[in-house]
Amino acid sequence: MIRSITQQKSEEEILRLLEGLVRVFIIGCGTCVTLTHTGGEPEMEAMKEKLSDKGKLITGGVVLPVACDNLTGDALSKHGQQIAQADVLFIMTCAFGVQTVARQLKKLVVPALDTLFIGKETALGQFDEICLQCGACILGETGGICPVTSCHKGLVNGPCGGTNNGKCEIDSAKDCAWTLIYNRLKDLSSLDAMRRFQQPRNHQGEPKPGKLVISAS
Amino acid sequence: MKSESRLEQILTKGEFAVTSECGPPRGADAEVIRKKGEVLKGFVDGVNVTDNQTSVVRMSSISSCVILKGLGLNPIMQMVTRDRNRIAIQSDILGAAALGINNILCLTGDHQKFGDHASAKNVFDMDSIQLVQTVKLMRDEGKFLGGEELKGSPKMFIGAAENPFADPFEIRVPRLAKKIAAGVDFIQTQCIYNLPKFEKWMKLVRDRGLHERVHILGGVTPFKSVGMANYMKKSVPGMDVPDELIERMKAAPKEKKAEEGINICIETIKRLREIEGIHGVHIMAIEWEEMVPEIVKRAGLFPRPHIEG
Repeated sequence: MIRSITQQKSEEEILRLLEGLVRVFIIGCGTCVTLTHTGGEPEMEAMKEKLSDKGKLITGGVVLPVACDNLTGDALSKHGQQIAQADVLFIMTCAFGVQTVARQLKKLVVPALDTLFIGKETALGQFDEICLQCGACILGETGGICPVTSCHKGLVNGPCGGTNNGKCEIDSAKDCAWTLIYNRLKDLSSLDAMRRFQQPRNHQGEPKPGKLVISAS
Repeated sequence: MKSESRLEQILTKGEFAVTSECGPPRGADAEVIRKKGEVLKGFVDGVNVTDNQTSVVRMSSISSCVILKGLGLNPIMQMVTRDRNRIAIQSDILGAAALGINNILCLTGDHQKFGDHASAKNVFDMDSIQLVQTVKLMRDEGKFLGGEELKGSPKMFIGAAENPFADPFEIRVPRLAKKIAAGVDFIQTQCIYNLPKFEKWMKLVRDRGLHERVHILGGVTPFKSVGMANYMKKSVPGMDVPDELIERMKAAPKEKKAEEGINICIETIKRLREIEGIHGVHIMAIEWEEMVPEIVKRAGLFPRPHIEG
């Protein structure tokens, strides 16, 4: 399942964003942020304590099952009074959840997290970006491994000269995407795919911000 | 001829070409470029002018090229795809050609992480191979990448780099073939220290007949010190420095380390000249440009051939 990968903001930034705001209602999420331990039940409890120590008054809190879901409005309505008392909604979800909440309620929102990328947990505690949603998929010619996402330069015509024992020159903890692609295509006897000249990408696949309307036919 | 480049003329005549490199200053002082240019004048057939190498901000390659051109040198404008999108790249190619620059070296460019503005946004709208194809399209078909016709083709001699030593080794020759298919005229290689490995790479190049479709210039960089040799071996990705060269540098007396580095460099050039398909040498004397004339002389490559016109 694809996940929104998040990281908690620094305490310094959180306190700056909450400056002058005393009464705080906290919102967590039961989905992606529980994997990254950035916005589930335990993190919300810890945050309540931390903010109380800094002189904030916590009017209440809720961990929504799926903050980005349409039902978020209904779930929040059960906490109407606590929310009404708050100066700010402090939201420990990805930016998608923050925006969903902001659309539902006429209330100031402050994100507790930075949303880093859309990816998945590839090993315990390790998260990798899988797709940039570039709108021009070339996975059919790269053995199912995405260089647009996984290469630091997003190269589509093979590796640069900086591969370092199969790792990327800019981060020895990251595999060279093109070494992975080469090995995969070799295993599949499909190395010919690498010979194909890939034209400069069509960034119009879906220009940012993305919007797609499927017409009824 | 595809261009008015002296380098193209030398290579077409079958002469062994010599190119070198000149890094623009971190400031607006044109005198720095002029001094470097004066040292190289008469000893090389082309001078690469780097484009914000290692992602450190410097005077632009185009303007430094124009300054060198004014001294009578044949500048090779390096262009990386890291900092410009396809609109800016094509615009700069036209501008450079209008200013009399006859060569372009197409590079992807180092990632900005290595430079002095690590937080910058990179562009990488194109890669080096796509850039080669773009220049060729503009030069030979008189068209922009978008398909529209242009008036006044940029007559550029098109170069690219290749690293025979980066892994996986087996990818490297097919990747060169891809650059040739995209339209590259000459290749300058990464610094060569491991000659047996380079010879193996060249054999694979010849097996596919690629040496007859592109001019390959072998890259050399003299060691200044043992520290530099160790740094190249351990810290520069894709660099292959055999232990025996490090030992040679260590064994040289203290006051003769630099001389030993030059000796190794000259021996390498002599061996490169013996390899079938090597049409020249690219001397990258990093912040040591003043040694280039001596290297060229001692390698038996001076005087440079006279070219008519």
